[in-house]
Amino acid sequence: MLIGIIITGLLVALFIMRGRRGKSLYLRPIAGLLAVDEAIGRATEMGKPILYSSGRGGMQRPATIASMNILGSVVEKVATYGTPLIFPNNDPVVTAVAQEVAREGYTKAGHPDAYKPENIYFVTDSQFGYAAAVDGIMMRERPATNLFFGTFEAESLILAETGNSIGAIQIAGTDSSIQMAFFMVACDYVLIGEELFAASGYLSRDPQVIGSQKGSDISKIIIMVIIILGVILGILNQAWFVNLFVTV
Amino acid sequence: MRRSFPIIVCFVFGMAMLIQFFVPSKLSRVAYDEITNWAQIIYAFALIVGVFGLLKYHSEKVVRKSGGWFFNLVTIASLIIMAVLGFAYGRGDSSPFMWIFNYMQAPMQASVFSLLAFFVASAAFRGFTARNAEAVLLLLSAVFIMFGIASVGNAIPPFSDIANWILMKPSMTARRGIFIGIGLGTIATSLRVILGVERTYLGKG
Repeated sequence: MLIGIIITGLLVALFIMRGRRGKSLYLRPIAGLLAVDEAIGRATEMGKPILYSSGRGGMQRPATIASMNILGSVVEKVATYGTPLIFPNNDPVVTAVAQEVAREGYTKAGHPDAYKPENIYFVTDSQFGYAAAVDGIMMRERPATNLFFGTFEAESLILAETGNSIGAIQIAGTDSSIQMAFFMVACDYVLIGEELFAASGYLSRDPQVIGSQKGSDISKIIIMVIIILGVILGILNQAWFVNLFVTV
Repeated sequence: MRRSFPIIVCFVFGMAMLIQFFVPSKLSRVAYDEITNWAQIIYAFALIVGVFGLLKYHSEKVVRKSGGWFFNLVTIASLIIMAVLGFAYGRGDSSPFMWIFNYMQAPMQASVFSLLAFFVASAAFRGFTARNAEAVLLLLSAVFIMFGIASVGNAIPPFSDIANWILMKPSMTARRGIFIGIGLGTIATSLRVILGVERTYLGKG
């Protein structure tokens, strides 16, 4: 595990440096992220708000950090179009960070006055209290677009199905494979696996973030090669290769 | 300095936590527990900020008499009543605080949770519609798994065997692929935070 982390870490650091040096790095198109612009445009045309949720994860979770990065890019776009963004929260630390990210997003877009801190607020830290509150907001405010990016638990389907019932276009991404399945049946687009983490680089076009994503992509290729080699050598009864990866 | 100090703190603690994970010792365990306690203290202070924000948000709605203001009032009243009861009578098993929690809050939470069953049914109905070849495969897998796991289907060997095969082979393969992706994404994001490339937590979008 340590060796794997060191190799991945070195690759990520290498590609971050390449990004810093300004080398152009290709990131494949991700359907769910291409749809973000469309979803914001739809809400703008309909004159309805966009609802954003980062789920139940605290600020220490990488999925929440990725979500805050996506929020930054989304805010810049909604600020340009003048579309309201509602972000009910279930963690006070995430609320504080989200308010700062949104403030900076509105400022970057040249509309600092349009920032409304009251649209990003702490609701409750209770799981189903939060689900009930967000469902209520959806039914009252009727957002045209729901964006769910972060760590979700059992409340994922409650939120996504309510969003579906009001006809909102929904894009979701989570680090929980179980909740991903729920989002897939209830949302229009879902970011799968590492796409959630790639989203921040993809939307912000920050070369350093894209670089780190390239590093993890290379690590994935290495893992795929190791798996294929393991299968072939396993079939050939060469157990020594598989044994290299057996944890004690 | 306002920006660089948190980045330095993050780098030092990020590296320390990484090292303590791979170097198990009494010292690293104590350090881990201590830092986890600090995180709890920070959360408690953030909660105070959150509660004040909540009060401000709902009070403004009540003062402006905006739509549904009565429910904002109920929220404020509930918050104050629970806090007063908690401080005045404690949180013992027979305290008014626990009575409200057990007989009002917990049933309300259970009610919302129970809605999940209906949402699963509606989502399944939509998701398992046989629109194309892939949807037919999904529908068949769902039928075999639902019957295979239920007690009736479990008694019929083909159903339980096919359900187990679907869960342990194709489903597990796909999930492991997703796990690897999430794991690598997590490492990359964590490294960006430790190296100071990622500064979202400072409010830089």
